[in-house]
Amino acid sequence: MNALLQVRQLSVVIGGHRVCERLDLDIEPGQSWALLGRNGTGKTTLLHHLAGLRSGHTGRILLEGRDIATLAPRARARKIGALLQHSSRGFGASVLDTVLSGRHPHLPALAWEGAQDLAIAHHCIDALGLRDFTDRSLETLSGGELRRVEIARLLAQQTGVTLLDEPMNHLDIGHQAASLRVLREACVTPGRSMLMVLHDLNLAYHACDHWLILNAGGSWLAGRRDDLADPQLLGTAFGHPIERIDGAAGPMFLARL
Amino acid sequence: MLNLNRRTLLLPLSLVLAVASLALALRLGSSDIPLIEVWGHVVADDGSINDQIIDRLRLPRALSAFAVGGLLALAGALIQVLLRNPLGDPYVLGVSGGASTAVLTAMLLAAPAAWYAPAAAAGALLSTLLVFGLARSGDDWRSERLLLTGIVVAAGWSALISFVLSISPATHLPGMLFWLMGDLADADRPGLPFAVLGTALLYCLLRARDLNIATQGLLQAAALGVDTGRLRLELYFISAVLTAVAVTAAGAVGFVGLVTPHLVRRAGGRDHRILLPVSVLLGGSLLVFADTLARTLVSPMQLPVGVLTAMIGVPVFLLLLRRQTRP
Repeated sequence: MNALLQVRQLSVVIGGHRVCERLDLDIEPGQSWALLGRNGTGKTTLLHHLAGLRSGHTGRILLEGRDIATLAPRARARKIGALLQHSSRGFGASVLDTVLSGRHPHLPALAWEGAQDLAIAHHCIDALGLRDFTDRSLETLSGGELRRVEIARLLAQQTGVTLLDEPMNHLDIGHQAASLRVLREACVTPGRSMLMVLHDLNLAYHACDHWLILNAGGSWLAGRRDDLADPQLLGTAFGHPIERIDGAAGPMFLARL
Repeated sequence: MLNLNRRTLLLPLSLVLAVASLALALRLGSSDIPLIEVWGHVVADDGSINDQIIDRLRLPRALSAFAVGGLLALAGALIQVLLRNPLGDPYVLGVSGGASTAVLTAMLLAAPAAWYAPAAAAGALLSTLLVFGLARSGDDWRSERLLLTGIVVAAGWSALISFVLSISPATHLPGMLFWLMGDLADADRPGLPFAVLGTALLYCLLRARDLNIATQGLLQAAALGVDTGRLRLELYFISAVLTAVAVTAAGAVGFVGLVTPHLVRRAGGRDHRILLPVSVLLGGSLLVFADTLARTLVSPMQLPVGVLTAMIGVPVFLLLLRRQTRP
């Protein structure tokens, strides 16, 4: 199967800190990946490189077979979308306008958003449970509500590859589950795939079938979740003992206090 | 997608306001001319005194005021996107400080008036380069760092202006001071400001959707397919040129660039496809109203228009800040 996103011999160094060394990765359609690692390993930096938002690496990142660095910004944004780690409230734009901005890469430069774009935006707003907030200013939303608006904007972008940096930030447990379900339904399909930075190993196990673990010093592990969900390996990666408890609903991971 | 009720009303309303401000400016002055006669004098030449007052004095000045107000409002709107901070305007960033210093230096050196425009443009561009060069950190600019650098550079220009004033001959000082406070008395050639304003507005309208997205942050805008490197350069360059043309025509007129986009956003015009033309019309109207007041308030004396824009702008801005909804 042709991978949507191929990474070949990617090395990223930022400020003297080695994020990854000769990373090889194939993200194929229908796969969902968790990007894991302890604080400061460079998960966000790597995600920015994979999204085409940063340059300065060695190696290649191929998006649907083309080097991501050679794609024009708008063409790139039609194929790959990114939810950033930090939220922005803009200048108090409305929820609808913000979600509609996800349609930007699909519109010709001088076009206005049409009925189809509006329908997509409303569908995404509904999917994230934001219908009652449609006309609200971002300035009036809580952190969790704002995060769901940003996820809705990302869904409206309708890209083949979806990258998310800590998408569960500010979300309560109910909204975490509901948002992850929506993301899986929309972004993990026969033609689409998803990679997200997560800190919760339980969410990473239950929402993603593949893991990419960044270790300090640029080493990495990538593969099927069940091959990597090993307490000893995770303990080394996170620098803290991790216990795995297997139950009927699948494994649970605990870091002993 | 436009919300077709409130936002779309802004454009016709601001157009009506613009026409009203110009009509009032043509009507009021040392000799009041009834509105019904004003239009006749504008379109036909009957050689009367009132005709001369309208054609040679009030019309060029009112049109200049309108264009300068529009230039400042547009520059303010662009700088606010660039900084992602509604406190941005050409004054806060030191752009007009650079232009003012250059023009005052040209005055000190008794340069011909024709040199003022290129001097202002050079000063504005130099200041822009200085601010963005000093605020650059690695590959990026943080808006807070840009704003702080702009404030410090503006303070530096302010000190240089004081220096130029203190070594200038006493005979130059009244003209320099009046100009420094914003003065439309000699602004009688609206052609260039209007041409620059029209061209810049048209170009920015073509980029309006990019500007909407840039308010969400430049990295986010890049993720949505905006060429942020190019957009940022365009915003620096266009806002510097707009400020230079405004400063050359009318000296240092404050608060129009800061307050106007705020007012439009509060009225629901956050979409730059609406915000930019409405800001131009509203900024133009505000400066025409302010200049009409400056001419008539203590007639026959004339006040520097910058004093009035500051007197109106400061309380309006503070009121807007107080009313702003907090997250």
